[in-house]
Amino acid sequence: MDLVSLLAVLDSAVRLSIPLLCACLAGLWSERSGVVDIGLEGKMLVAAFAAGAAAHASGSAIAGLFAGLAASVAFALVHGFSAISQRGNQIVSGVAINMLAAGLTAIVGNAWYHQGGRTPPVDGAARFGEITLPGAEALSGIPLLGPLYREVVSGHSLLVYLAILAVIATWWTLARTRFGLRLRAVGENPAAVDTAGISVAGLRYAAVVLAGLLCGLGGTYLALAQAAGFLPHMTAGKGFIALAALIFAKWRAWPALGACLLFGLLDAVAIRIEGVPLPVIGRVPVQAIQALPYLMTVVLLAGFIGRAVPPRASGIPYVKER
Amino acid sequence: MSAAVEPPAIELVDIDKRFGPVRANDRVNLSVARGTVHGIVGENGAGKSTLMSILYGFYEADGGEIRVDGTPARIRSPADAIRLGIGMVHQHFMLVDSLSVVENVMLGAEGGALLDRGLARARAELDRLAADHGLAVDVDARVGDLPVGLQQRVEILKALYRGADVLILDEPTAVLTPPEAKALFGLLRTLREAGKTVLLITHKLEEIMAVTDRVSVMRRGQMVATLDTAATSPPELAELMVGRKVLLRVDKRPLAAGEPRLAVENLSVVDERDCLRVAEVSFTVRAGEIVGIAGVAGNGQSELMEAIAGMRRPTLGTIALDGTVLTREAHTPHNLRRLGLLHVPEDRLRTGLVPAFPAYESAALGFTDDPAYGRGLLLERGRMIAHLADRMAAYDVRPPDPLLKTSKFSGGNQQKIVLAREIERAPKVLIVGQPTRGVDIGAIEFIHRRLIALRDAGVAVLLVSVELEEIMSLADRILVMCGGRITGERRPEATDERDLGLLMAGVEGRA
Repeated sequence: MDLVSLLAVLDSAVRLSIPLLCACLAGLWSERSGVVDIGLEGKMLVAAFAAGAAAHASGSAIAGLFAGLAASVAFALVHGFSAISQRGNQIVSGVAINMLAAGLTAIVGNAWYHQGGRTPPVDGAARFGEITLPGAEALSGIPLLGPLYREVVSGHSLLVYLAILAVIATWWTLARTRFGLRLRAVGENPAAVDTAGISVAGLRYAAVVLAGLLCGLGGTYLALAQAAGFLPHMTAGKGFIALAALIFAKWRAWPALGACLLFGLLDAVAIRIEGVPLPVIGRVPVQAIQALPYLMTVVLLAGFIGRAVPPRASGIPYVKER
Repeated sequence: MSAAVEPPAIELVDIDKRFGPVRANDRVNLSVARGTVHGIVGENGAGKSTLMSILYGFYEADGGEIRVDGTPARIRSPADAIRLGIGMVHQHFMLVDSLSVVENVMLGAEGGALLDRGLARARAELDRLAADHGLAVDVDARVGDLPVGLQQRVEILKALYRGADVLILDEPTAVLTPPEAKALFGLLRTLREAGKTVLLITHKLEEIMAVTDRVSVMRRGQMVATLDTAATSPPELAELMVGRKVLLRVDKRPLAAGEPRLAVENLSVVDERDCLRVAEVSFTVRAGEIVGIAGVAGNGQSELMEAIAGMRRPTLGTIALDGTVLTREAHTPHNLRRLGLLHVPEDRLRTGLVPAFPAYESAALGFTDDPAYGRGLLLERGRMIAHLADRMAAYDVRPPDPLLKTSKFSGGNQQKIVLAREIERAPKVLIVGQPTRGVDIGAIEFIHRRLIALRDAGVAVLLVSVELEEIMSLADRILVMCGGRITGERRPEATDERDLGLLMAGVEGRA
């Protein structure tokens, strides 16, 4: 493979990993606070729909982003209410969110636009365009690093850089702030937080809302940066792969970035070698290639990452004991 | 202000607290002077922990008043208590294992939105506390990696870091080894010298004698006495704790014990936290006798029962049924049932029944392979229901409805369902834990008569109960456990509650 196509693969790996990364960080916040969230998929989907619809209506990508964030946070609050206030089963609530999102976006999309559930295609200011970082051209003369910077680091939409910033912010907030300390504590032993005079529910709601915002970012990216409008089921299981990435990353921010980039790379390679005959194996069927990331998830989860211990209180509603 | 008129550090006036029908605190009064170590003793369920939880704002009292330094205070949350200078070391530590010591200490008192300044201050303060009180601990260690004694030290540091003047310790020695406990008492004395007030909750009388200035005794939700420690003695406290009540004697035939059925030899159990729960316990139970194990809850009885019933692996020692020592493979609940050792577990809702099942399903648990219940792989609902209906009539279970959900029955009727299920199988050895806990008076009498009938029919019965009265009226021999050991054996006619109370408190009196 020559340098140009290598860079192209890396570039597409970054693009493909962003929705995973957003969902993975969302799961990280939620689970570190003790709320299991398998509704990442559903939240991204409603965000993608809301972003597509709002961008079409307003012609503004930023309006689309805000609509996506709002829709996702609204769904997150439903999950929060059932999981935190009502102490419901978090898996059931998450599944309900996913089903609701899949059904609702398809029905409303069809009712509004009559295009088989998709929102009308948008372009121009209604999409997030690519941003060329300063110096991309000037530095491209430097061997290897120059083209790498120009092709892989530069030239993405605003949302990509926001997602990368979210990794830094997540790491910094968890490690260095009061909120982060309390959040880490509440996912491990909520009773300790309660006896320290801090509201367990308050912390968990905050985490759930953050998860909503991150899923909103991921969904908006799908609809307005990667594609040009909402397509039914466009999340295609990314919310679930993100959960696998979260376990790889052992619920930490920087490893989450690594895991998502790895999955993105697998996806990119799969697309690249589709239909291309490989040495020894010959032509690999498309389906086998597409199954690769999932296969790797299963294999890695089955024991190649060492013990991945989730936050101890994750999934358990907090009830004061008698 | 002179010392004579200094208001008490803590004053509780007419505190009332109900949990459903249970009156956990019944107009409790307590006054604790500043700069003293004040003990609160009582049996499990006497209301000590509830009272302290009210003082720490975990629950709000239904009635009564709390005064801190003479000023009425409303404590509605732990945050309120912390603000008033009250700190608590819980029996189950309120620590986050994955965080470091310093992070645990500052949690909730971080001193700003960013951690770095707070961290520096917490480190300095921990150094000072370590120097002042001899409370040294590695501030960067992960709490989960520390031994239990040090974890408790972190809990105390947490309270002191928040400026606690009044420190509540709930059963602090329950998880400690004796040397750790000794170190803790030394620490409590230095804290008292530094002017702190300590409330020590325990059911161990020797601890009260060793470290407190005054002691209050609780029994069944009431405060029955407050005494100067120097002017009292373990026997007096034991008597106050247990109380005197009319014994409910059951008529029974004279003992006609036969062959040894169950023989426990040098049994020791170490639990998941590496605590020694049962220490070198040996005894036998013969056919036709009831052996009662008395003791304050939490002194190893549960672990002993679980070990015998095959629910927990003994660490050392052997258990023999009918003279045959059980091998590791043979020692499973299922196999024991086959061999005639049946078990009525002490916590019927957790291990005896499935609350969400209809009664007829709960009544078949453990015996679903009985041909009476069905053919081959299938269970026949009709037969199961008919079977339970018969037993419900025989045991007077009310309402006699096999289809009713298990959790809808009262405690006494649930217990009858479990008893009927186990007794039905013609046991050779029956292990019964807390048979009348949460059971109404009428059912108690019925259950007692059933147990006596089994004994008279030649069953070897091991009865574990925290109700002394029950043990004294049913057992032919009484073993008393304290701290995992058997501290004494008595015949019911040759002992009284005072004597047993002393053994339960670990005071080995006359032989």
